[in-house]
Amino acid sequence: MNIVDDLPPVLTALDRPNSYIGRSVPRPHLARLTQGRGQYVSDVTLPRMGHAAFVRSPHAHARIRRIGTEAAKKAPGVIAIVPGAELAEVMTPWVGVLTHLKGIKSAPQYAIAVERACWQGEAVCAVVAKTRAQAEDAAELVEVEYEELPAVTDAETALDAATPVIHLELGDNLTFERKHEAGEPDKGFATADTVVETTFVFGRHTGVTNEPRAIVADWNPGEQRLTVYHGTQAPHMMQNLFAKHLGLDEQQVRVVTKDVGGSFGIKVHTYADEMATVALTKLLRRPVKFVADRLESFVTDIHARDHRVKARLGVKNDGTITAWEIDDLTGIGPYSVYPRTSGIEANQIVNLTGGPYACPNYRAHARVVFQNKNVMCQYRAVGHPIATAVTEGLVELAAVKIGMDPVDIRRKNLIPDNAYPATGPSGIKFELLSHHAALDKIVAMMDYARLRAEQERLRRERVYLGIGFASFIEVTNPSAAFYGVGGARISSQDGATVRLDAQGAVICHTGVTEQGQGAEAVMAQVVASAFGVPIERVRIVTGDTDNTPYGGGTWASRAAGIGGEAGWQAAKALRSQVLAVAGSILQAKPESLDIRGGVVVDGATGTERIGLDEVARVAYFRPDTLPPGFQAELMATRHYVPRAWPFAFTNGIQASWLEVDPDSGFITLLKHWCVEDCGTVINPQLVDEQIRGGVVQGIGAALFEHCRYDERGQLLNGNMADYLVPMAAEMPDIEVGHVVSPTADSELGAKGAGEAGTAGAPGSVMNAVNDALRPLGARPITEMPMTPEVVLHALGRV
Amino acid sequence: MKPAVFAYAKARSLDHAIELLGQHDGQARVLAGGQSLIATLNMRLDSPDLVVDINGIPGLDGIARRNGQVEIGALVRHAAAERSDLIKRQLPLIAQAMPHIGHPAIRNRGTIGGSVALADPAAELPACLLALGGEVEIAGARGRRMVRADDFFKGLFDTALGPGDVLTAIRLPAATSETRTGFAEFCRRHGDYAIVGLAASARAEGRSLHDVRLAFFGVGATPVRARQAEAGLANGTVDAAVAGLAEDLDPPDDVQASGVVKKQLAAVLLRRVAAQLMEQRS
Amino acid sequence: MSARRIDIAVTVNGEAVHETVEARTTLVDFLREDLGLTGSHVGCEHGVCGACTVRVDGVVVRGCLTLAAQCDGARVETIEGVSDSGEIADLQDAFHKRNALQCGYCTPGMLLTAQELLKNGGTPSRAAIRQHLSGNYCRCTGYHAIVDAVEAVARARGKA
Repeated sequence: MNIVDDLPPVLTALDRPNSYIGRSVPRPHLARLTQGRGQYVSDVTLPRMGHAAFVRSPHAHARIRRIGTEAAKKAPGVIAIVPGAELAEVMTPWVGVLTHLKGIKSAPQYAIAVERACWQGEAVCAVVAKTRAQAEDAAELVEVEYEELPAVTDAETALDAATPVIHLELGDNLTFERKHEAGEPDKGFATADTVVETTFVFGRHTGVTNEPRAIVADWNPGEQRLTVYHGTQAPHMMQNLFAKHLGLDEQQVRVVTKDVGGSFGIKVHTYADEMATVALTKLLRRPVKFVADRLESFVTDIHARDHRVKARLGVKNDGTITAWEIDDLTGIGPYSVYPRTSGIEANQIVNLTGGPYACPNYRAHARVVFQNKNVMCQYRAVGHPIATAVTEGLVELAAVKIGMDPVDIRRKNLIPDNAYPATGPSGIKFELLSHHAALDKIVAMMDYARLRAEQERLRRERVYLGIGFASFIEVTNPSAAFYGVGGARISSQDGATVRLDAQGAVICHTGVTEQGQGAEAVMAQVVASAFGVPIERVRIVTGDTDNTPYGGGTWASRAAGIGGEAGWQAAKALRSQVLAVAGSILQAKPESLDIRGGVVVDGATGTERIGLDEVARVAYFRPDTLPPGFQAELMATRHYVPRAWPFAFTNGIQASWLEVDPDSGFITLLKHWCVEDCGTVINPQLVDEQIRGGVVQGIGAALFEHCRYDERGQLLNGNMADYLVPMAAEMPDIEVGHVVSPTADSELGAKGAGEAGTAGAPGSVMNAVNDALRPLGARPITEMPMTPEVVLHALGRV
Repeated sequence: MKPAVFAYAKARSLDHAIELLGQHDGQARVLAGGQSLIATLNMRLDSPDLVVDINGIPGLDGIARRNGQVEIGALVRHAAAERSDLIKRQLPLIAQAMPHIGHPAIRNRGTIGGSVALADPAAELPACLLALGGEVEIAGARGRRMVRADDFFKGLFDTALGPGDVLTAIRLPAATSETRTGFAEFCRRHGDYAIVGLAASARAEGRSLHDVRLAFFGVGATPVRARQAEAGLANGTVDAAVAGLAEDLDPPDDVQASGVVKKQLAAVLLRRVAAQLMEQRS
Repeated sequence: MSARRIDIAVTVNGEAVHETVEARTTLVDFLREDLGLTGSHVGCEHGVCGACTVRVDGVVVRGCLTLAAQCDGARVETIEGVSDSGEIADLQDAFHKRNALQCGYCTPGMLLTAQELLKNGGTPSRAAIRQHLSGNYCRCTGYHAIVDAVEAVARARGKA
């Protein structure tokens, strides 16, 4: 397979000589990771550092009657044993609610549970010792007396009168409810020739980042300053939260992210055990390190996607969709996670269902309920995989019912490419999408007609292959509409500072962060292009609240579109500054000059006039040679936030080609395609690789991954042998194509691309499985993961 | 996930190992490959006083043919067994099973003896031992003894090995021109423990099969011989065997699959493996 | 004869190392914590993810399923040493060019495992590459680019 080809640059507004926009440049400075010389937070050690371990509740719901710490305190290497009540004196609790989710409610959550443990795995006591092994030894000696309480573990009955209420002061187990109606859904269903009605069930699953959550917190009482090494996606957000709950000023807190071994949204949330680690360093006045081990991760990393969606679609015989309706029920944990809330996933499902399609008639009802299971919150593609699977599942079921090809029914109903700006059935606003161009492209890429012919031929030999599609939309580049309006101190704007060093190299400090997706590379490409230097002359500084402009970090696919735009503007501003200095040195008009290939040149002829190193030398060391009254500035900061559109929606379509063995229920993935439109593509290879990684995560949800709980709230498969993540041998090759519809909300025109793969993969795989099984008279499968058991049940074989 | 404290000793000889095991009254564990033991220790599912490293004991890592049997020393690494020409030619069933065991890094350390001694119900080698009607050589405080495969597996992780014993070798009948073997397993991902698997051997006489031994794994506490299915294959058709299988197996539900699904998968495996057994040797 | 703390003499990346270790210390923790060789990573501590893959006496093993005490007299190579020797320069280069790594956490284990396959020579098929790497978890790439990189290096070595 070839390295991804560069795309030709698209927009003249970006037309810079030697531009890196649209080029598949290998990520700079990546060699340190192939050499094993990265620095992850789990690698960080500080002098006198203690290691934290936690005593965790074995019960899903229990009152903590007594904690005996005497024996544990005497264990070798122990520095401190700290139960919840003691830590509560150092750190205040929090409540995961935002005002724009009307009526959302939750109870205060403490860094370590004080009176009750509310899920199996919740920490009830902290142990700090010289080594992690010693901390675990001591944890075994902590005596906890529990009084078991009834556990709420069934979302369907969580709101029944007979079900215990987890937080009595809240009155019931309802976290959040939303109802939405648009157009005339009742009329739409009444005028339909056929109504498709089914229930979708999505298995709760989790991120399984390769590097577990890690934090090293260092309170220096001499400086009255807290430094936290934290593999977080949002360092400024955490800076605010650490300060707030410890009673510090933000400028007393520094958050440094280092290399992060995978996040996907897992590490953008506030975790009790991480907050506890930060409280412990303040209490103990020495650094404390906590790295969740894998067993801890399964019971404490946020889970996601635990939804039951009843859904209906009305369709006419000519294929016109007439109405959508969904009823979504999701069972989260006992607390809404802070600060983004656990209501967002359901909210997104209401927002996104039916999104690619023109039919405006829509009714949605979503309820989020508390349970005594691990907490749930935003994980890559938040809500999109579910909304997409529901939408696309209904569309393909409808196509079958009326005898229409699944490509044709989409051609009939997708919002036309020339109909923008447009509004989706939930009120979401689309600037410019390309559903039809993407559909045409994927049909060509996969040679759809040939696959159908092969499918038909092999069916006669009792080999069952299936094709499934999923059109999708994706939220990227969020404005303050996502969190800020709800009162969260989560920045939707971002900043970049670029400066010229004394040798004429460019350093860019950015508020967006890197977890492997290539945010640093994209920033470097943007800055190098806008400023006019080879990319080797650009260095990116990120992940440090002391050394970057105030920003939001990386989440909701915002780094390229928002961080990149700030970098673009800042680099242009620095170019102006440099040309002002150069003009003054050369006695030339700055407007007649440009920077190309790292040299100041005559703009019209390209003749080299003066090197950047010389400009820097004069500005920094010989300002006495500059005209009086002229002050050289060689550092520019620009910020950017999208203002015209609440979100920069992207779109795309995926297709899955697979075989199902009806005897065993085993599914073999043969190939996968994705055509995506993320606006201006800054680095095609990085976009492709984000899509591929995202697709495989979506395949994990479709076929393999499930946090399985019993009725007592015990997680049954919380280890890597029993919880199945996708490994190399079962994954298909994934071909990616591009369509480009830039956003006009920024000069770069870049939207986000990081989550699209995960959004569309589960729906397309589900549709392909059903397509494969149709000739066998199987009941359509609408639950995930689609294990062999699920397939065999659908076939009536067991 | 750090282990609880334990002591470590490197055994110089088999007698030394047995002596160390005997001193610790059931609180010592044999460390061979460690691919299962150390995971167990890391998760604190077990906290012995002593780990006895037997990797240095000489003479336990040979593969040799003797008297119509192939003897595989307990310390033969899976990787070595996978590469062995002798095993490829003389123990085709073992050769078929080896690539399914874990992954290269696991196979570089894991041992044949360790796998048989642990007797994970979803593991390949214990079923192969049962399918071939092999023997296990055990050394203990009262000397050496041989235990037949049919008598070795007693219950969940429970074998004829006592806490003071060391498994020293397995002996398997070498294949003849009449030997037929078959192997298949269902697992969600390459290298995983099987949901259900089948290791089989038989002796062909003309077109019929004799001495059929069908050892299913992943279907109970130990590998299970499906006796009715064996009779069905020996006497009649595959359909008869599959019908018999329904009586032979009653797998419990587990985290990966329900018993009902395992039964269905077992039947599918039986058909596939029966086809392998009936193929002519070239 | 048995002890909770063991003296070991082990060669690590060509360097003679004499340390006293707790019996319960795994090899990967010894390398990371005692020797500061943090290039080998801890992902699961039960042998499934492969992030801890190192070489002992020339073959790849799980560093989390090997006791440091067992390595007395052994020759251990980590990603740092294998990298500094230049042995896998072409693999590292191919990974870089094809973006066969994103967060980099699985990468040392992935490189060492891939190298063991390629040392056998020949041009393994994509399926064979996938099977060989089936014990190395990557959450970021979806594996496609990794297979591309290993396949490309196998071809290039075959030509050289």
